[in-house]
Amino acid sequence: MLGKLTWDAIPFNEPIDLGASLGMIIAVAFVLGLVTVKGWWPYLWREWLTSVDHKRIGVMYCVLALVMLLRGFADALLMRSQQAMAAGGAPGYLPPEHYDQIFSAHGTIMIFFMAMPFMIGLMNFALPLQLGVRDVAFPTLNSVSLWLTASGVLLTNISLVIGEFARTGWLAYPPLSELRYSPGVGVDYYLWSLQISGVGTLLSGINLVTTILKMRAPGMSYTRMPVFCWTALASNLLIVAAFPILTATFAMLLLDRYLGFHFFTTDGGGNPMMYINLIWAWGHPEVYILILPAFGVFSEVISTFSGKPLFGYRSMVAATMAICVLSFVVWLHHFFTMGAGADVNGFFGVMTMIIAVPTGVKVYNWLFTMYGGRVRFTAPIYWSLGFMVTFVLGGMTGVLLAVPPADFVLHNSLFLIAHFHNVIIGGVLFGAMAGYTYWFPKAFGFTLHEGWGKASFWCWFVGFYVAFMPLYWLGLMGMTRRMQHYDNMAWQPFLWVAAGGAVLILAGIACTVIQLAVSIRDRAANLDRTGDPWNGRTLEWSTASPPPSWNFALLPQVEGEDAYWYMKRRAREEQANQAAEPEYEAIEMPVNSATGFITAFFAVITGFALIWHIWWMAGLGLLGAFATMLVLAWRDHDEMEIPVEEVARMDRAHRGEIAR
Amino acid sequence: MSAVAHAHGHGDHGVPPSTSADGPAPKRIIVAYGFWIFLLSDIIMFSALFATYAVLATATNGGPTGRQLFDYRNVAIETGALLASSFTCGMMALAVEAESRLWTYLGAAVTFALGAIFLALELHEFASMIAEGATPQRSAFLSAFFTLVGCHGLHVSIGLLWLVVMMVQIWAKGFRATILRRLACFSLFWHALDIIWVAVFTIVYLMGGR
Amino acid sequence: MEANLHDRAPGDEAAPGSRRHQIISGLQAYVIGLVLAVLLTATSFWAASTNLLWAPGIPIGLAVLAVAQMGIHLVFFLHITTGPDNTNNVLALAFGVLIVALVVAGSLWIMANLNANMMPSPELMNMQMQH
Repeated sequence: MLGKLTWDAIPFNEPIDLGASLGMIIAVAFVLGLVTVKGWWPYLWREWLTSVDHKRIGVMYCVLALVMLLRGFADALLMRSQQAMAAGGAPGYLPPEHYDQIFSAHGTIMIFFMAMPFMIGLMNFALPLQLGVRDVAFPTLNSVSLWLTASGVLLTNISLVIGEFARTGWLAYPPLSELRYSPGVGVDYYLWSLQISGVGTLLSGINLVTTILKMRAPGMSYTRMPVFCWTALASNLLIVAAFPILTATFAMLLLDRYLGFHFFTTDGGGNPMMYINLIWAWGHPEVYILILPAFGVFSEVISTFSGKPLFGYRSMVAATMAICVLSFVVWLHHFFTMGAGADVNGFFGVMTMIIAVPTGVKVYNWLFTMYGGRVRFTAPIYWSLGFMVTFVLGGMTGVLLAVPPADFVLHNSLFLIAHFHNVIIGGVLFGAMAGYTYWFPKAFGFTLHEGWGKASFWCWFVGFYVAFMPLYWLGLMGMTRRMQHYDNMAWQPFLWVAAGGAVLILAGIACTVIQLAVSIRDRAANLDRTGDPWNGRTLEWSTASPPPSWNFALLPQVEGEDAYWYMKRRAREEQANQAAEPEYEAIEMPVNSATGFITAFFAVITGFALIWHIWWMAGLGLLGAFATMLVLAWRDHDEMEIPVEEVARMDRAHRGEIAR
Repeated sequence: MSAVAHAHGHGDHGVPPSTSADGPAPKRIIVAYGFWIFLLSDIIMFSALFATYAVLATATNGGPTGRQLFDYRNVAIETGALLASSFTCGMMALAVEAESRLWTYLGAAVTFALGAIFLALELHEFASMIAEGATPQRSAFLSAFFTLVGCHGLHVSIGLLWLVVMMVQIWAKGFRATILRRLACFSLFWHALDIIWVAVFTIVYLMGGR
Repeated sequence: MEANLHDRAPGDEAAPGSRRHQIISGLQAYVIGLVLAVLLTATSFWAASTNLLWAPGIPIGLAVLAVAQMGIHLVFFLHITTGPDNTNNVLALAFGVLIVALVVAGSLWIMANLNANMMPSPELMNMQMQH
């Protein structure tokens, strides 16, 4: 009846796992209970869970990412402490079967459920505002994407309580991930979570590409788009191009595991190396999917807080699109050591070095933007400066690894770990924090506390170096990745230092949490009345904070780059800001829809059922998802009208605030 | 969102606005373009399956090869049926443009029938291969074959289901704007499936069976 | 569907003018496309089974015929043209084709190289073949 599911699936005899499960269940129960007791469900359902507003969806993505940051970072603390202890004959406190799940979960969560949602959330929030339009191309589909991602998160977290997670690392290489060597449900949890959220991500990519290419304010030609929109375009084109490869590859592994196919098995003619080839054909573009929006955030932040237009707009755009295309010709550098000949290794090594060039162009452009400007040292600028130093360092170690003979020594050592954390933390995470701080007032109507923001930055910045510089050295000394224990006592002091760095980063995360609490408490004193707290240059700052659901009463007429800066300057010159009130019209906006939430519900049911081989439940789940789609297809009203009086009222209030 | 308020009045010239000069494109273009991008992503997914097939095509593990298994007459009939269904889908699109329910239903029915013939022949081919012991579990080549061709067949099945739903929608709601947009997407989907089949019959059957 | 100077949805027919005129020109496009596609398909099937052609050239010939037929579908069934109103559609298609080419060609090159270098020695091969 219940497939493979039995009471044994719950980790009653594994104290650490049991403790973590209980902790998670209590935390979730607490939140759900609080919402129930306070009677917030109707509000949450109406305003957030069924919302198809890109701003709300963007915020929810970022909330998901921040919560998963805590979950993934807990895994990091566990790993650092285990490795600090388990030198010589000491066993540490995490047995290998558990440790293997922890490093697999850490990578999976941080990439798929922290970094991706954070970037997609920021793009969702800011893009339509920057483009001067009311929403993305497919608002209901946007909600579906969010909730499918949440489904993947839920399934992965369920694996902590019921069953186990994969022990194969975050990419689940065969033959280890094949049924013969991983007979448990762990790899199935991994595969179904990612297949489901992968569909959400792909739909998001399609949505945002269409939005950028087909929906912009009047007058906003391609060369007048903010650079963030260009990097978002490149990133989403990569999503559309790369995620189908991931879907196909995981599908083939699933067929091997469920139906006994022989794609990647060691018998029957299977070829495990084909999995590694395909997964990295996805995997390399994936890291560019993550970093390009961060580059866009930095372009916006640096130009705004330098009070200057971005230096070298056209070269920035060219560099971005070059990175987009080049990211598809470097993927073999992730498996130089797998046996290809010198010609293949050499080609991909050279291409990998070439792709560093457009990034270098961007760094110079950022530097020249700041040069000659009056730089205001706010928290977002701190993150940007920290990024430039850290990411360049990480990029250089990447170019070092791009040399195949060097990679033969360093592949899968802690040097590699240090490199990719260097670029991901220095690039993606710092970019996420900069974007979060920069756009927070727009989303919520009040600014974040500067002091705690800077404290968070310093803890992260110093903590990162303390945690990861020792790992570079350890890699050169020969320490391999993913080690649950080791014999070489000379490594231990470095691992202690690294653990200390992790504690510093924990302090940084704590500062962010405190910053949020303090800012909410003090929000009345830090209201963003004008909608433009930073003297911004792009169109999102021309709206109120938070903007009305329709963003703009009238779509702005764009006449140059840095559209809002142009408008402000012209208004000052012509003193025309308070002149003739525009002719307001009623606005049609898409209605809320429960489709996303309900689809996700059925997705979780289907995924869970497939993992545990409960076939009748999987069938029901699929039927439910299909029925949900039919209901959506049958609705007669997909838009509602915002009356002209309300449009006028909100806009007049906003214009009044600007005038003061 | 249909109503877009402009700061300055717009003359009624009957020409839908373009992007960037006059703001967001009309919904019809947005929907079709979004679906076009989806189709490209689907084609990239198929290319991963094609690449895997090409790599594993010789991994027969001592089992049967393509040349031994393929029935070319069957494949030729399948190909003819699918190609014809692409043509009748085009006829259906013209009927939709003329807003003629009768011809639309007729076009859809013939398209459905031809697609169903394609599927039936393909399922028959799979069944007979399995009956001879050429199961997907037999070798990597067969795993790749069944997955690539089967994935295309799965897309055809989904297309047929979609077609039925669309016809019910036309019966229930008529030629509304939303339904016209969805029919345009269906046409794109159905033609794209035939394009992928061209690659399948060329690479899998014709090249593989030599 | 009205003509648009700047933008066309993928799949839209290009002909401006009356509805009747559009339907006739649409019908023409589909018929021509069908005839050409049937010709190319028949040629492919013939080329694959005949002895009249030089054998090593046949796979390339089949590939050319397949690409041609895809083009016929794109032009006559999907109404993709190279006009300025179709630029976005063509660019998207070109991007897709580029990625497909990189993934397929790259995978084939890499896997052939790996297989050649990592092929086990004859003794080990014999052991593997035992089961």
